[in-house]
Amino acid sequence: MIVRELELDLDAFEGPFDLLLTLVLKDELDLREVDVAGIVLAFVEHLFERDELDLEACGEFLVLISALLELKARGLFPEEAAELAELEPEAAAEELARRLAEYRRMKDAAGWLRERLETEGDRFFRLGPAPLAPKVEVPLAPQQPERLAEVIRLLAKDPPQVSLAHMALRFPPVTQFLERFRAVLRRRARFDFDQEVGELSRVEQAVAFLALLDLRRSGEITIEQSAPFAPIRIARAGEENENPDERTSAWTLRSA
Amino acid sequence: MDAPLRLIASNPLDQLARTIEALLVVASAPLSVADLAEAADDDAERVEAALGLVRERYAEGRSGIVLEHVAGGWAFRSAREAAAACARLFEKPAQRNLSQAALETLAIVAYLGPCSRPDIARIRGVSADSAVANLVERGLITEAGRDDEAGGAIRYRTTPLFERVFGLESLSQLPRLDDVGASTEQIRERLHEVAEKRTA
Repeated sequence: MIVRELELDLDAFEGPFDLLLTLVLKDELDLREVDVAGIVLAFVEHLFERDELDLEACGEFLVLISALLELKARGLFPEEAAELAELEPEAAAEELARRLAEYRRMKDAAGWLRERLETEGDRFFRLGPAPLAPKVEVPLAPQQPERLAEVIRLLAKDPPQVSLAHMALRFPPVTQFLERFRAVLRRRARFDFDQEVGELSRVEQAVAFLALLDLRRSGEITIEQSAPFAPIRIARAGEENENPDERTSAWTLRSA
Repeated sequence: MDAPLRLIASNPLDQLARTIEALLVVASAPLSVADLAEAADDDAERVEAALGLVRERYAEGRSGIVLEHVAGGWAFRSAREAAAACARLFEKPAQRNLSQAALETLAIVAYLGPCSRPDIARIRGVSADSAVANLVERGLITEAGRDDEAGGAIRYRTTPLFERVFGLESLSQLPRLDDVGASTEQIRERLHEVAEKRTA
């Protein structure tokens, strides 16, 4: 693995590691904006993916990243670095005392602010739309478990079956018509469909027609119709239709 | 002088005082004399005089409403005696549960501001990031430019809300904190003691 080619995707920079270093050294990228932890994370993730420990790469990375960190630290506290390097122990103690005193003053000021908050806390004023104080949560009323059980029991019961009787279409069985037509054909060799079922309901007529088709399929009858919507004539199978020629001509005539 | 609301229509200053009352009651932030003069279409001197009248009418103890000079302007607030009732209706998000870190940060920004997070961290000795973010969210401090050097850190200053919450007419009302000179001496002595022990 080559550390310099490590791809980075940071807020301040996106690209290979060596480009980042170049930009930083040329002062074209402010190191203070660079998230060094992000670089370390990218490297560690990369190591993890490789699943083998490249000591040389790790060493190189450590050197580079520590140099980067030092640069960044110096950039963040330029005066600090100068102060610490130049001060004599005596002066350093002086400086430290000055800072501690400054902190002590600010701590006192904070104490004053806290007191002030207490003495001035009873002044309310309008501040644009004021957020309403949180609603007090009302405790639950005393509970009756028996009553709850009762209600749940009601819910657990199967609802009554809704009757669909009033909307059911009653289909008479096809067999009923099979038998009926067979009985008719035993008495007569042929009959007229409309005459036979004309007084029945539309649904019953449809079922009757199905019975007719069934009889035709089993070869018990022959069906004739001279034209679309013309009367349907049924004849016992084997009984020759009366005058086929006439029928044909009638058909031809009508369709012409 | 028992009647707190003595309205004499014939007095033109009184008319102006009523206008000022109206302006202050619709405002959600303190109004300066200049703001009031412009809105009332009158001159600043007369506004000041009329404010005197309004201030008298709405002095603490006279009404549920009190006129106060705060954050560089004039504003109505509730009377202190009504505080408990007000607290039941409203909360005070700006100052509720301010931590010690937040108060110290606030003190630093109030006394030394505009100052940056590194400035604050240098004085307090720990990172100021979360305390600063917290104060910004509460509206007690706000951004005020950047440090001079290139890419300098953001600086912060206190807001008018800070002055209002703490009941200050302006930041100059903050007490002087130079009475801690003695403790500086003490700290210095202690440091010297430690240094001597180490070299010994």
